[in-house]
Amino acid sequence: MCHPSWGRARAAAQRLSDFARLRRVRDRIDREHARPLDVEALARGADMPAGHLGRLFRLAYGMSPYAYLTARRVERATVLLLHGDLAVDEVRRAVGCPSPAVFAARFTELAGTEPGAYRAAHRTAAEPSRNEEAPAVAPHLA
Amino acid sequence: MDLTIHTTVLPHDDPDASLAFYRDVLGFEVRSDVGQGKMRWITVGPAGRAGTSILLAPPAADPGITEDERRTIAEMMAKGTYGWILLATPDLDGTFEKVQARDAEVVQEPTEQPYGVRDCAFRDPAGNLVRIQELR
Repeated sequence: MCHPSWGRARAAAQRLSDFARLRRVRDRIDREHARPLDVEALARGADMPAGHLGRLFRLAYGMSPYAYLTARRVERATVLLLHGDLAVDEVRRAVGCPSPAVFAARFTELAGTEPGAYRAAHRTAAEPSRNEEAPAVAPHLA
Repeated sequence: MDLTIHTTVLPHDDPDASLAFYRDVLGFEVRSDVGQGKMRWITVGPAGRAGTSILLAPPAADPGITEDERRTIAEMMAKGTYGWILLATPDLDGTFEKVQARDAEVVQEPTEQPYGVRDCAFRDPAGNLVRIQELR
């Protein structure tokens, strides 16, 4: 005996439980993005194969864990470039991005300009307004 | 007009787990607790400050919400993209240490933000983001 609605309920419960696990992965990225962290480590922490994690994460959040991790690093880099005195390469290391080439490429893709130019453009204004200094990547409030 | 902001609502999916978080981890007092099972409405708030409360409520209790919408809300809660709240304290570091020591899920350690606040963030058991900022 197996009523069809039981199967549906089980599938829905499984989906919610998967989403809750993904939330913990995403929270870990938010929490630890400045530390050495890669998809393998995230998958180990979530106790699922990296490929499976990637597929589920993309389904839930619309991007791969790697893309989300890099986006968080770039977002933090925009803040450090605007508000600190670290050199560009120090910023890259401070946000946990191991590769200068990847950092430059992803930063340019997400912020619209390469890191050094981003700082120069946004720091020329004597007293930038709140709007002007908003990072290209939305502040991570929620 | 003389209005105050009195109660804000956060969804729960396990009333006992949410109650334990807000009462035992954040230290709020319980002001009322009505209903039973998953249909519980629990009002909590900081002791000695009865003027503001959080109502922990079952999500999608409005009968006008469709099954599809109900499922979407449950999924967003599980994903951690649905509810969130901003709290504040003069002692951010002390609060962070205390909450972290209770095994709450940390989302962000105390961090200086570009928009002029210093804050940290935790996840409540229902997936709501609890952001705590420093009063200064």
